[in-house]
Amino acid sequence: MLSTAFNWIIAHPTEFNRALGQHLLMSAVSMVFALIISLPLAVLIVNRSNLAFGVINIINALRTIPSLAILAIMMPLLGIGLWPSIVALTVLAMPPILLNAYVGLRDVDPDAVEAALGMGMNRGQVLRKIRIPLAAPAMFAGARTAAVQVLAGATLAPFIGGGGLGDFIAVGISMMDMSRLLVGAVPIALLALGTEFGLGLVEKIFFSERNTA
Amino acid sequence: MEATWQHLLLSVSSVLIGLVIALVLGILCARRPKLYSIVLTITGIIFVIPSLALFALLIPLLGLGFKPALVGLSSYCLLILLRNVVTGLRGVPAEVLDAADGMGYNGWQRLTRIELPLALPLIVSGIRIALVTVIGIATVAAFIDGGGLGTIILMGIDQSYPEKILVGGILTALLATFFDLVLGQAEKAMVRWR
Repeated sequence: MLSTAFNWIIAHPTEFNRALGQHLLMSAVSMVFALIISLPLAVLIVNRSNLAFGVINIINALRTIPSLAILAIMMPLLGIGLWPSIVALTVLAMPPILLNAYVGLRDVDPDAVEAALGMGMNRGQVLRKIRIPLAAPAMFAGARTAAVQVLAGATLAPFIGGGGLGDFIAVGISMMDMSRLLVGAVPIALLALGTEFGLGLVEKIFFSERNTA
Repeated sequence: MEATWQHLLLSVSSVLIGLVIALVLGILCARRPKLYSIVLTITGIIFVIPSLALFALLIPLLGLGFKPALVGLSSYCLLILLRNVVTGLRGVPAEVLDAADGMGYNGWQRLTRIELPLALPLIVSGIRIALVTVIGIATVAAFIDGGGLGTIILMGIDQSYPEKILVGGILTALLATFFDLVLGQAEKAMVRWR
Protein backbone atom coordinates (compact mmCIF):
# COMPACT_ATOMS: atom_id res chain seq x y z
CA MET A 1 0.00 0.00 0.00
CA LEU A 2 2.85 2.31 0.85
CA SER A 3 4.50 1.64 -2.49
CA THR A 4 1.21 2.32 -4.31
CA ALA A 5 1.06 5.63 -2.50
CA PHE A 6 4.65 6.39 -3.43
CA ASN A 7 4.00 5.49 -7.06
CA TRP A 8 1.00 7.78 -7.10
CA ILE A 9 3.19 10.68 -5.97
CA ILE A 10 5.75 9.86 -8.70
CA ALA A 11 2.96 9.67 -11.29
CA HIS A 12 1.25 12.90 -10.21
CA PRO A 13 4.09 15.24 -9.21
CA THR A 14 2.25 18.47 -10.06
CA GLU A 15 -0.80 17.61 -7.99
CA PHE A 16 1.31 16.54 -5.06
CA ASN A 17 3.61 19.55 -5.23
CA ARG A 18 0.67 21.91 -5.47
CA ALA A 19 -0.92 20.44 -2.34
CA LEU A 20 2.40 20.46 -0.50
CA GLY A 21 3.00 24.05 -1.58
CA GLN A 22 -0.46 25.12 -0.42
CA HIS A 23 0.06 23.34 2.89
CA LEU A 24 3.42 24.99 3.52
CA LEU A 25 2.27 28.39 2.25
CA MET A 26 -0.78 28.62 4.47
CA SER A 27 1.13 27.32 7.50
CA ALA A 28 4.00 29.76 6.97
CA VAL A 29 1.78 32.79 6.31
CA SER A 30 -0.34 32.02 9.39
CA MET A 31 2.76 31.63 11.55
CA VAL A 32 4.10 35.00 10.37
CA PHE A 33 0.76 36.69 11.11
CA ALA A 34 0.49 35.02 14.50
CA LEU A 35 4.03 36.12 15.42
CA ILE A 36 3.41 39.69 14.21
CA ILE A 37 0.27 39.94 16.34
CA SER A 38 1.24 37.92 19.42
CA LEU A 39 4.75 39.09 20.25
CA PRO A 40 3.98 42.84 20.38
CA LEU A 41 0.78 42.02 22.26
CA ALA A 42 2.79 40.11 24.86
CA VAL A 43 5.18 43.05 25.23
CA LEU A 44 2.21 45.40 25.52
CA ILE A 45 0.45 43.50 28.30
CA VAL A 46 3.45 42.40 30.35
CA ASN A 47 3.54 45.60 32.43
CA ARG A 48 -0.23 46.11 32.56
CA SER A 49 -1.68 43.44 34.82
CA ASN A 50 -5.37 44.33 34.28
CA LEU A 51 -5.03 44.11 30.56
CA ALA A 52 -2.96 40.93 30.85
CA PHE A 53 -5.64 39.25 32.96
CA GLY A 54 -8.28 39.91 30.32
CA VAL A 55 -6.15 38.92 27.34
CA ILE A 56 -4.88 35.72 28.98
CA ASN A 57 -8.40 34.66 29.90
CA ILE A 58 -9.65 35.24 26.38
CA ILE A 59 -6.73 33.25 24.99
CA ASN A 60 -7.34 30.39 27.43
CA ALA A 61 -11.01 30.26 26.46
CA LEU A 62 -9.97 30.27 22.81
CA ARG A 63 -7.77 27.25 23.44
CA THR A 64 -10.67 25.04 24.50
CA ILE A 65 -12.47 25.56 21.18
CA PRO A 66 -11.47 22.67 18.91
CA SER A 67 -9.41 23.55 15.84
CA LEU A 68 -12.06 22.02 13.60
CA ALA A 69 -14.66 24.47 14.92
CA ILE A 70 -12.33 27.45 14.46
CA LEU A 71 -11.71 26.43 10.86
CA ALA A 72 -15.35 25.61 10.21
CA ILE A 73 -16.68 28.91 11.51
CA MET A 74 -14.47 30.84 9.06
CA MET A 75 -16.49 29.50 6.16
CA PRO A 76 -19.75 31.36 6.88
CA LEU A 77 -17.73 34.43 7.92
CA LEU A 78 -15.17 34.59 5.12
CA GLY A 79 -16.26 32.08 2.47
CA ILE A 80 -14.08 29.29 1.14
CA GLY A 81 -10.52 29.20 -0.15
CA LEU A 82 -7.04 29.81 1.18
CA TRP A 83 -7.66 33.01 3.16
CA PRO A 84 -10.28 31.71 5.60
CA SER A 85 -7.90 28.86 6.42
CA ILE A 86 -5.04 31.29 6.97
CA VAL A 87 -7.14 33.38 9.34
CA ALA A 88 -8.22 30.28 11.27
CA LEU A 89 -4.67 28.95 11.54
CA THR A 90 -3.46 32.34 12.74
CA VAL A 91 -6.05 32.18 15.51
CA LEU A 92 -4.85 28.65 16.33
CA ALA A 93 -1.20 29.66 16.49
CA MET A 94 -1.66 32.68 18.73
CA PRO A 95 -2.28 31.09 22.16
CA PRO A 96 1.00 29.18 22.50
CA ILE A 97 3.08 32.08 21.16
CA LEU A 98 1.37 34.70 23.27
CA LEU A 99 1.29 32.69 26.50
CA ASN A 100 4.93 31.63 26.27
CA ALA A 101 6.13 35.12 25.38
CA TYR A 102 4.08 36.64 28.19
CA VAL A 103 5.30 34.20 30.83
CA GLY A 104 8.87 34.50 29.55
CA LEU A 105 8.82 38.30 29.72
CA ARG A 106 7.08 38.36 33.08
CA ASP A 107 9.37 35.87 34.79
CA VAL A 108 12.63 37.53 33.82
CA ASP A 109 14.91 37.62 36.85
CA PRO A 110 13.87 40.77 38.77
CA ASP A 111 17.50 41.26 39.87
CA ALA A 112 18.54 41.64 36.24
CA VAL A 113 15.83 44.24 35.67
CA GLU A 114 16.79 46.11 38.82
CA ALA A 115 20.47 46.06 37.90
CA ALA A 116 19.60 47.49 34.48
CA LEU A 117 17.48 50.24 36.05
CA GLY A 118 20.35 50.95 38.44
CA MET A 119 22.66 51.35 35.48
CA GLY A 120 20.38 54.14 34.29
CA MET A 121 18.45 52.32 31.55
CA ASN A 122 14.94 53.58 30.93
CA ARG A 123 11.92 51.28 30.57
CA GLY A 124 12.28 50.93 26.82
CA GLN A 125 15.93 50.00 27.11
CA VAL A 126 15.19 47.46 29.84
CA LEU A 127 12.63 45.90 27.56
CA ARG A 128 14.86 45.79 24.51
CA LYS A 129 18.18 44.93 26.14
CA ILE A 130 17.14 42.80 29.12
CA ARG A 131 13.62 41.41 28.97
CA ILE A 132 13.34 40.42 25.33
CA PRO A 133 16.77 38.73 25.07
CA LEU A 134 16.19 36.82 28.31
CA ALA A 135 12.69 35.76 27.24
CA ALA A 136 13.82 34.69 23.75
CA PRO A 137 14.08 30.95 24.58
CA ALA A 138 10.52 30.88 25.93
CA MET A 139 9.29 32.80 22.87
CA PHE A 140 10.99 30.33 20.56
CA ALA A 141 9.53 27.35 22.42
CA GLY A 142 6.07 28.87 22.01
CA ALA A 143 6.62 29.39 18.29
CA ARG A 144 7.73 25.77 17.94
CA THR A 145 4.57 24.47 19.61
CA ALA A 146 2.51 26.79 17.44
CA ALA A 147 4.23 25.65 14.24
CA VAL A 148 3.40 22.01 14.89
CA GLN A 149 -0.19 22.92 15.76
CA VAL A 150 -0.54 24.99 12.60
CA LEU A 151 0.73 22.14 10.43
CA ALA A 152 -1.79 19.83 12.10
CA GLY A 153 -4.58 22.37 11.74
CA ALA A 154 -3.74 22.88 8.07
CA THR A 155 -4.58 19.21 7.57
CA LEU A 156 -8.21 20.11 8.26
CA ALA A 157 -8.23 23.00 5.76
CA PRO A 158 -9.61 21.01 2.78
CA PHE A 159 -12.92 20.63 4.60
CA ILE A 160 -13.44 24.37 4.22
CA GLY A 161 -11.97 24.45 0.72
CA GLY A 162 -8.49 25.53 1.77
CA GLY A 163 -6.57 22.79 -0.02
CA GLY A 164 -3.26 21.37 1.20
CA LEU A 165 -2.13 17.83 1.85
CA GLY A 166 -5.30 17.07 3.80
CA ASP A 167 -7.04 17.04 0.40
CA PHE A 168 -5.64 13.56 -0.24
CA ILE A 169 -6.93 12.32 3.11
CA ALA A 170 -10.38 13.77 2.42
CA VAL A 171 -10.46 12.16 -1.02
CA GLY A 172 -9.05 8.91 0.39
CA ILE A 173 -11.76 8.70 3.05
CA SER A 174 -14.62 9.49 0.69
CA MET A 175 -13.42 6.96 -1.94
CA MET A 176 -12.08 4.51 0.67
CA ASP A 177 -8.83 4.57 -1.31
CA MET A 178 -6.15 3.50 1.17
CA SER A 179 -3.14 4.47 -0.89
CA ARG A 180 -4.53 7.96 -1.52
CA LEU A 181 -5.06 8.24 2.22
CA LEU A 182 -1.39 7.54 2.77
CA VAL A 183 -0.33 10.05 0.08
CA GLY A 184 -1.71 12.69 2.45
CA ALA A 185 -1.09 11.15 5.85
CA VAL A 186 2.54 10.09 5.56
CA PRO A 187 3.94 13.44 4.29
CA ILE A 188 1.86 15.32 6.88
CA ALA A 189 3.20 13.16 9.68
CA LEU A 190 6.77 13.53 8.43
CA LEU A 191 6.35 17.29 8.06
CA ALA A 192 5.11 17.64 11.64
CA LEU A 193 7.84 15.41 13.04
CA GLY A 194 10.52 17.18 11.00
CA THR A 195 9.33 20.57 12.24
CA GLU A 196 9.17 19.45 15.86
CA PHE A 197 12.61 17.89 15.91
CA GLY A 198 14.21 20.42 13.56
CA LEU A 199 13.08 23.37 15.64
CA GLY A 200 14.00 21.43 18.78
CA LEU A 201 17.52 21.17 17.44
CA VAL A 202 17.63 24.88 16.61
CA GLU A 203 16.43 25.59 20.13
CA LYS A 204 19.19 23.46 21.58
CA ILE A 205 21.91 25.09 19.49
CA PHE A 206 20.87 28.68 20.12
CA PHE A 207 19.55 28.64 23.63
CA SER A 208 21.22 25.79 25.49
CA GLU A 209 24.06 27.85 27.02
CA ARG A 210 21.57 30.34 28.47
CA ASN A 211 19.36 27.61 29.87
CA THR A 212 22.18 26.02 31.78
CA ALA A 213 23.51 29.33 33.10
CA MET B 1 -27.66 15.37 22.79
CA GLU B 2 -26.74 11.97 21.48
CA ALA B 3 -23.64 13.42 19.85
CA THR B 4 -22.61 14.92 23.19
CA TRP B 5 -22.88 11.54 24.91
CA GLN B 6 -20.98 9.89 22.13
CA HIS B 7 -18.29 12.54 22.38
CA LEU B 8 -18.06 12.05 26.12
CA LEU B 9 -17.99 8.29 25.82
CA LEU B 10 -15.28 8.43 23.17
CA SER B 11 -13.10 10.90 25.10
CA VAL B 12 -13.48 9.31 28.53
CA SER B 13 -12.91 5.75 27.33
CA SER B 14 -9.84 6.77 25.33
CA VAL B 15 -8.34 8.47 28.36
CA LEU B 16 -9.13 5.41 30.52
CA ILE B 17 -7.49 3.05 28.03
CA GLY B 18 -4.56 5.44 27.78
CA LEU B 19 -4.35 5.57 31.57
CA VAL B 20 -4.15 1.80 31.95
CA ILE B 21 -1.34 1.62 29.38
CA ALA B 22 0.42 4.64 30.87
CA LEU B 23 0.25 3.17 34.39
CA VAL B 24 1.79 -0.11 33.27
CA LEU B 25 4.47 1.66 31.23
CA GLY B 26 5.02 4.25 33.95
CA ILE B 27 5.54 1.66 36.68
CA LEU B 28 7.96 -0.20 34.42
CA CYS B 29 9.84 2.97 33.48
CA ALA B 30 9.89 4.93 36.71
CA ARG B 31 13.14 3.36 37.91
CA ARG B 32 14.61 2.66 34.47
CA PRO B 33 15.72 5.98 32.92
CA LYS B 34 16.94 4.39 29.68
CA LEU B 35 13.68 2.57 28.98
CA TYR B 36 11.80 5.73 29.95
CA SER B 37 13.61 7.87 27.38
CA ILE B 38 12.85 5.32 24.64
CA VAL B 39 9.16 5.10 25.55
CA LEU B 40 9.00 8.90 25.87
CA THR B 41 10.41 9.35 22.37
CA ILE B 42 7.89 6.91 20.88
CA THR B 43 4.89 8.45 22.62
CA GLY B 44 6.26 11.89 21.71
CA ILE B 45 6.34 10.95 18.03
CA ILE B 46 2.71 9.79 18.21
CA PHE B 47 1.74 13.02 19.93
CA VAL B 48 3.28 15.19 17.20
CA ILE B 49 1.53 13.44 14.29
CA PRO B 50 -1.52 15.54 13.35
CA SER B 51 -4.75 13.91 14.47
CA LEU B 52 -6.32 13.55 11.04
CA ALA B 53 -3.13 11.98 9.67
CA LEU B 54 -2.98 9.54 12.58
CA PHE B 55 -6.61 8.55 12.03
CA ALA B 56 -5.93 8.19 8.32
CA LEU B 57 -2.97 5.91 9.06
CA LEU B 58 -5.22 3.74 11.23
CA ILE B 59 -7.99 3.34 8.63
CA PRO B 60 -6.16 0.71 6.52
CA LEU B 61 -5.62 -1.31 9.71
CA LEU B 62 -8.92 -0.84 11.53
CA GLY B 63 -11.39 0.55 9.01
CA LEU B 64 -13.79 3.39 9.77
CA GLY B 65 -15.84 4.02 12.86
CA PHE B 66 -15.51 4.08 16.62
CA LYS B 67 -12.59 1.64 16.89
CA PRO B 68 -9.87 3.59 15.02
CA ALA B 69 -11.05 6.78 16.73
CA LEU B 70 -10.65 5.12 20.12
CA VAL B 71 -7.20 3.74 19.29
CA GLY B 72 -6.05 7.07 17.85
CA LEU B 73 -7.24 9.13 20.79
CA SER B 74 -5.83 6.71 23.39
CA SER B 75 -2.43 6.82 21.77
CA TYR B 76 -2.60 10.62 21.81
CA CYS B 77 -2.98 10.91 25.56
CA LEU B 78 -0.19 8.39 26.28
CA LEU B 79 2.56 11.02 26.34
CA ILE B 80 0.72 13.34 28.75
CA LEU B 81 -0.36 10.54 31.09
CA LEU B 82 2.97 8.73 31.06
CA ARG B 83 4.92 11.87 31.89
CA ASN B 84 2.74 12.60 34.88
CA VAL B 85 2.71 9.00 36.15
CA VAL B 86 6.50 8.80 36.05
CA THR B 87 7.00 12.26 37.56
CA GLY B 88 4.56 11.33 40.32
CA LEU B 89 6.25 8.02 41.09
CA ARG B 90 9.69 9.59 41.03
CA GLY B 91 8.52 12.28 43.39
CA VAL B 92 7.98 9.79 46.22
CA PRO B 93 10.77 10.54 48.74
CA ALA B 94 13.44 7.86 49.14
CA GLU B 95 12.98 7.82 52.95
CA VAL B 96 9.32 6.89 52.53
CA LEU B 97 10.32 3.99 50.29
CA ASP B 98 12.97 2.89 52.80
CA ALA B 99 10.42 3.03 55.61
CA ALA B 100 8.00 0.88 53.55
CA ASP B 101 10.76 -1.66 52.89
CA GLY B 102 11.68 -1.58 56.57
CA MET B 103 8.07 -2.37 57.50
CA GLY B 104 8.34 -5.52 55.43
CA TYR B 105 6.22 -4.44 52.45
CA ASN B 106 6.92 -6.42 49.31
CA GLY B 107 7.20 -4.71 45.92
CA TRP B 108 3.50 -4.92 45.08
CA GLN B 109 2.35 -3.70 48.50
CA ARG B 110 4.79 -0.82 48.38
CA LEU B 111 3.48 0.13 44.93
CA THR B 112 -0.23 -0.02 45.71
CA ARG B 113 -0.18 1.32 49.28
CA ILE B 114 2.63 3.88 49.15
CA GLU B 115 3.80 4.89 45.72
CA LEU B 116 0.54 5.12 43.76
CA PRO B 117 -1.41 6.96 46.48
CA LEU B 118 1.42 9.49 46.83
CA ALA B 119 1.62 9.95 43.06
CA LEU B 120 -2.15 10.36 42.74
CA PRO B 121 -2.39 14.18 42.57
CA LEU B 122 0.04 14.27 39.63
CA ILE B 123 -1.73 11.37 37.93
CA VAL B 124 -5.06 13.19 38.27
CA SER B 125 -3.49 16.32 36.83
CA GLY B 126 -2.31 14.20 33.89
CA ILE B 127 -5.85 12.87 33.43
CA ARG B 128 -7.17 16.44 33.43
CA ILE B 129 -4.76 17.65 30.73
CA ALA B 130 -5.26 14.48 28.69
CA LEU B 131 -9.04 14.68 28.84
CA VAL B 132 -9.14 18.36 27.86
CA THR B 133 -6.80 17.66 24.93
CA VAL B 134 -8.72 14.58 23.80
CA ILE B 135 -12.12 16.31 24.00
CA GLY B 136 -10.81 18.86 21.50
CA ILE B 137 -9.21 16.35 19.16
CA ALA B 138 -12.22 14.00 19.30
CA THR B 139 -14.11 16.43 17.02
CA VAL B 140 -11.79 15.29 14.22
CA ALA B 141 -12.97 11.71 14.76
CA ALA B 142 -16.19 12.66 12.94
CA PHE B 143 -14.27 12.45 9.64
CA ILE B 144 -13.70 8.75 10.12
CA ASP B 145 -17.27 8.10 11.31
CA GLY B 146 -16.21 8.04 14.94
CA GLY B 147 -19.25 10.09 15.92
CA GLY B 148 -19.28 12.84 18.54
CA LEU B 149 -19.75 16.58 18.37
CA GLY B 150 -17.58 16.86 15.28
CA THR B 151 -20.49 15.34 13.37
CA ILE B 152 -22.56 18.45 14.09
CA ILE B 153 -19.70 20.70 12.92
CA LEU B 154 -19.34 18.67 9.72
CA MET B 155 -23.08 18.85 9.07
CA GLY B 156 -22.85 22.60 9.55
CA ILE B 157 -20.07 22.79 6.95
CA ASP B 158 -21.95 20.63 4.44
CA GLN B 159 -25.25 22.47 4.81
CA SER B 160 -23.55 25.89 5.26
CA TYR B 161 -25.41 26.22 8.51
CA PRO B 162 -23.19 28.33 10.81
CA GLU B 163 -25.39 27.74 13.86
CA LYS B 164 -24.56 24.04 13.79
CA ILE B 165 -20.84 24.81 13.63
CA LEU B 166 -21.21 27.13 16.62
CA VAL B 167 -23.25 24.62 18.61
CA GLY B 168 -20.71 21.85 17.99
CA GLY B 169 -17.75 24.08 18.78
CA ILE B 170 -19.22 25.69 21.87
CA LEU B 171 -20.48 22.40 23.32
CA THR B 172 -17.01 20.92 22.89
CA ALA B 173 -15.44 23.94 24.55
CA LEU B 174 -17.92 23.76 27.45
CA LEU B 175 -17.27 20.06 27.89
CA ALA B 176 -13.51 20.66 28.03
CA THR B 177 -13.86 23.58 30.45
CA PHE B 178 -16.19 21.59 32.70
CA PHE B 179 -13.75 18.70 33.07
CA ASP B 180 -10.85 21.08 33.49
CA LEU B 181 -12.60 22.71 36.47
CA VAL B 182 -13.92 19.50 38.06
CA LEU B 183 -10.65 17.59 37.86
CA GLY B 184 -8.75 20.71 38.91
CA GLN B 185 -10.88 20.82 42.07
CA ALA B 186 -10.32 17.10 42.66
CA GLU B 187 -6.60 17.70 42.39
CA LYS B 188 -6.71 20.51 44.96
CA ALA B 189 -8.88 18.48 47.33
CA MET B 190 -6.39 15.64 47.16
CA VAL B 191 -3.43 17.85 47.96
CA ARG B 192 -5.30 19.44 50.88
CA TRP B 193 -6.42 16.07 52.22
CA ARG B 194 -2.81 15.00 52.38
